[in-house]
Amino acid sequence: MIKVALIGAGKMGISHLSILGAHPDVEVVGVCDTSKMVNDFLSKYGNFNCFTEYQKMVNEVKPDAVVVAVPTKFHYTIIKDLLVNGIHVFAEKPFCLTSAQGNELVELAKNKGLKNQVGYHNKFVGTFSEVKRLVNSGILGKIDHFVGEAYGPVVIKPKQDTWRSDPSEGGGCLLDYASHVIDLINDILSPVTAVKGSLLKSIYSKNVEDSVYSLLELSNNINGILSVNWSDETYRKMSTSITINGSNGKIISDANELKVFLKDPSGQKGYVKGWNLKYITDLTPQVDFYLRGEEYSAQLDYFINVVADKAPNTINTFESAWYTDRAIELIKSSAK
Amino acid sequence: MERILFGDNQFFAVNHISDEKSRAQSIKFKDDSAIIKTLDEARSLGINTFMCTTHDRIANICSIIRDNSEKYNGFKIFPCMPYAHKYANAVTELGIAGTLKQYVPGNFFGSLFKGGVAFLSKDYLSIMELLVDAEMKMFKGIETPVIFLQNVITDLFLGLRADEILIAFHHYVKKKYNADAGFITMNMPKLLDVLEKGGITNPIICSSINKAGFRMSGGKEIYEEYLKTRKFRAVAMQVLGGGAIAPREAIEYVCSLPNIESILFGASSKANIQNTVENIHHFDAEH
Repeated sequence: MIKVALIGAGKMGISHLSILGAHPDVEVVGVCDTSKMVNDFLSKYGNFNCFTEYQKMVNEVKPDAVVVAVPTKFHYTIIKDLLVNGIHVFAEKPFCLTSAQGNELVELAKNKGLKNQVGYHNKFVGTFSEVKRLVNSGILGKIDHFVGEAYGPVVIKPKQDTWRSDPSEGGGCLLDYASHVIDLINDILSPVTAVKGSLLKSIYSKNVEDSVYSLLELSNNINGILSVNWSDETYRKMSTSITINGSNGKIISDANELKVFLKDPSGQKGYVKGWNLKYITDLTPQVDFYLRGEEYSAQLDYFINVVADKAPNTINTFESAWYTDRAIELIKSSAK
Repeated sequence: MERILFGDNQFFAVNHISDEKSRAQSIKFKDDSAIIKTLDEARSLGINTFMCTTHDRIANICSIIRDNSEKYNGFKIFPCMPYAHKYANAVTELGIAGTLKQYVPGNFFGSLFKGGVAFLSKDYLSIMELLVDAEMKMFKGIETPVIFLQNVITDLFLGLRADEILIAFHHYVKKKYNADAGFITMNMPKLLDVLEKGGITNPIICSSINKAGFRMSGGKEIYEEYLKTRKFRAVAMQVLGGGAIAPREAIEYVCSLPNIESILFGASSKANIQNTVENIHHFDAEH
């Protein structure tokens, strides 16, 4: 059994806690949240050992690993503290508020030999993994353009009073929604190394942006567009997609459906000339406990396997999340 | 419960495999009249139960049904609560406490009264009851013999081991609405164990059951085993496996399983509804 504790039982934290609570290889040894109401609920009904101070929790319950799901502004301090104490860390996205902080944590985890992961769950979505596999196979020929998009209805009226509306605490559409898309682009194509120009626009929010439009350049010199808007009511829930154009074809993929057009399939198994359609149902492995989507269980399964030395620590590492933080910084400065 | 239940996913742009189809459905059903027309088509084919989320637009549909009580005599609705995205988006924006403040009727952080009795903020079961009441308002005057808890909530509580809340939901809908509680889940075997342990015998459980094993957590075999050996009222949903299985083959599989009381499906066109209904009747006669 891996002894896991959780810091931050908000929207993502409580979902992680539920998945961990049902995990056969995990013993949830502690939960830390600042809300008395949340702690009361979790200790009363789930019999979780709840704390309001994470240091106290860590000292008392001595976890092997900790899931950090607090607002981003607290990530650096808490994660550093955990790493110094020799604890493996799964952190929610985005990783840190500055790339300098992130870099320090990447190095610290490396030096201490600790397992690390950041919760960019799209990496565990079957369609996106297939996009990555196809791109790596070279089937698209010379890639000349991409469009990464995400839309959804988070802020659809002028009213907000949480940390998400405060730019210094990691609020805003860029850190919340756009980071998912940037991370996918970094992973599937190549890390963003330059930003040619960006628009960060407020629609309803006063202090943060509700949409992000940006022209990106990757380390392999491919250029493309980022278009993200979390104030789009025409979507029922967050919808992330990526389109990639190459000399031998095109890929259009979201979390449910993968469309691939190939001029020449050149022996790519399961693909024919012209349009190919694949669904998430064909591309998703079963999970033991399902909550909100296979990918959320799959990412924690993976983390537990990494901590247990049953899998290599290669997906969603601090380092890969750092590339995304750096791209976010580049987008911010290009919009000024 | 009737053998065939009509679902509402197609009306609210829920399509598990295609965002494009979702959008097309969202446009097709932008007017309530289009929803009513499809419900009437389903009724003409002998389906008299509509299983639906507590989406805002269902309030309008309920008004139309209430205003035409003669026409809809005997028509039942199985509410499935809550409409999770409403709350999920609210939690993103307002946090958990902020969301409760917004949705729990009355002023949650002020003096909390219910039937004249004050309760403490620790009384989570009363909060649950208030939320159920809020969600049930739109169904006033309509037959709702089964009230379902949506899978996002059922499964969240299941993982948090808050079994007591699930059990309390069961008892509350019986007491207040004289209805049976139903539970939608993506983790049927685990849930049945928990409900039985909580003293609920023969519960109504709606879960993905399909030939492809899609969203049958822990594997298809354990689901088949539970259907064979355990006592519960099973509702099969996602029988087409999100479109991964050919319709005839999909229905044949579900109809061949023991102990499935009802089959839930949704479709946007009369031809598709008819096709599914005929397949169910055909394979029911065979098995």
